[in-house]
Amino acid sequence: MNLPVKLLFPFAAAALATSCSPSLARVKPYERGTLAKPVMSESMDPLLTAMTEHAYFSREASFGGGGVGGGGCGCN
Amino acid sequence: MKTLLSLIAVTLCTALTASAEPAKAGQSMPKLASLLPGASVPATAGKVVLVDFWASWCGPCKASFPVLNKLHETYASKGLVVIGVGVDEDAAKYQAFAGKMGAKFPLVHDSAHKAAAFFGPATMPTSYLVDRKGVIRHVHSGFRGAKTEAEYISEIEALLAQ
Repeated sequence: MNLPVKLLFPFAAAALATSCSPSLARVKPYERGTLAKPVMSESMDPLLTAMTEHAYFSREASFGGGGVGGGGCGCN
Repeated sequence: MKTLLSLIAVTLCTALTASAEPAKAGQSMPKLASLLPGASVPATAGKVVLVDFWASWCGPCKASFPVLNKLHETYASKGLVVIGVGVDEDAAKYQAFAGKMGAKFPLVHDSAHKAAAFFGPATMPTSYLVDRKGVIRHVHSGFRGAKTEAEYISEIEALLAQ
């Protein structure tokens, strides 16, 4: 087996194994029940997050882009 | 060498495009009873059907139930069948949510995700409006209150008139 063919196998394996490949198992929109649980949220304290974001947005004179509450339901 | 290369290329292309295509407008809907084995699916032959995918963990789904109830009450006598397909993995959560929402239209549990795998809803909720011939005519991704309700009404009235 010559060199290009030998190189092709690792490339093919890499293409299949990277996140570029849709053939990998992915969480479908209807399978996000576990991700939607509050425990999956980045922050465990929504009040503290709200206050921190309020201070941040006031200081930065900007608003939005902070995402929404809860976990990763991905609804709507 | 060339044969080997083309073989690898074909394998890669097949693997990369293997994911199932979501259901689109213009496509025929298969019999729901075949997608939902064990569930009591209402008769849909010759009716306009609204298939709505929902889950207990989805906020907008909860907001859509009063609107779906209203659509059912207004148009069921004129030939509309609303079917709510719950995709919860946990049967207890499906039951609890279904009981709490007071749906007046039939609800079915897609526990094996067979129907969801066919339709491939892009987000939760997603609904499919099917005409009297069984062809998917409109797909609604997400629920946006009055805007979605107005779209439902105009589309349902147009399909019922056909």
